Amino acid sequence: MTDLLLVGLGGVAGAVARHLTATAVERDQWDTLTVNVLGSFLLGALVAVPADESLLLAAGTGFCGAFTTFSSFAVDTVRLAETGRPRRAALNAAGTLAAALIAVALGGAVGVALGSVAP
Amino acid sequence: MERSSLLDRLRGLALVGLGGFAGATSRHAVAVAASAPELGTLAVNVAGSFALGLLLDAARRTDAVSQRTRLLAGTGFLSSFTTYSAFAVETAALAPRWAVANVVANYAMGFLAVVLAGLVGRWTA
Repeated sequence: MTDLLLVGLGGVAGAVARHLTATAVERDQWDTLTVNVLGSFLLGALVAVPADESLLLAAGTGFCGAFTTFSSFAVDTVRLAETGRPRRAALNAAGTLAAALIAVALGGAVGVALGSVAP
Repeated sequence: MERSSLLDRLRGLALVGLGGFAGATSRHAVAVAASAPELGTLAVNVAGSFALGLLLDAARRTDAVSQRTRLLAGTGFLSSFTTYSAFAVETAALAPRWAVANVVANYAMGFLAVVLAGLVGRWTA
């Protein structure tokens, strides 16, 4: 029960933060790319720090999980392909993957560094 | 005027937040039930992509889908139900062969789900 509440509250913050990012960026696909890369960085850092379970549930599963989105990414990508822009669709798919994986690695490095200086 | 647009924005944020609560907790429930974390993520990503495809397709074709429904069910629930960060972190942690398989599975099935949703929308229109 507490687990679900932690995840849910993190989810509220993540979804609202994603929506605010989208209204601030307001350009095709870039808002989805932005949240997916930032969220991947943050989750990469969170899992690298020897964090406690509650923080992982709220900030990781809840916030990062809800802040990032696969469904919007998939709809964006398919829509690009269907509207005669297959190159941009492929670029969106490959670019998001590459940027997110790099972000996970960078986040992991930051997380390890933070973990080693933490008391 | 100013006041009502602020209220509208706050109401929009509340709908997104409410959907986000339901989406994140539902995703967590699927993850707990899944035999492996990657399979749980795959399941929510494919199911959520299909459902968002249906919703946005319906919104594009008809005016039966209100802005409130889009915010609550689309931006709130379905976008929070699916996740890219867990997919990326799980992929990075897998051995190369399984990482490739995970990317292919999520991408191929996720895109296919959106295409199928579009076809379903056309059939039922």
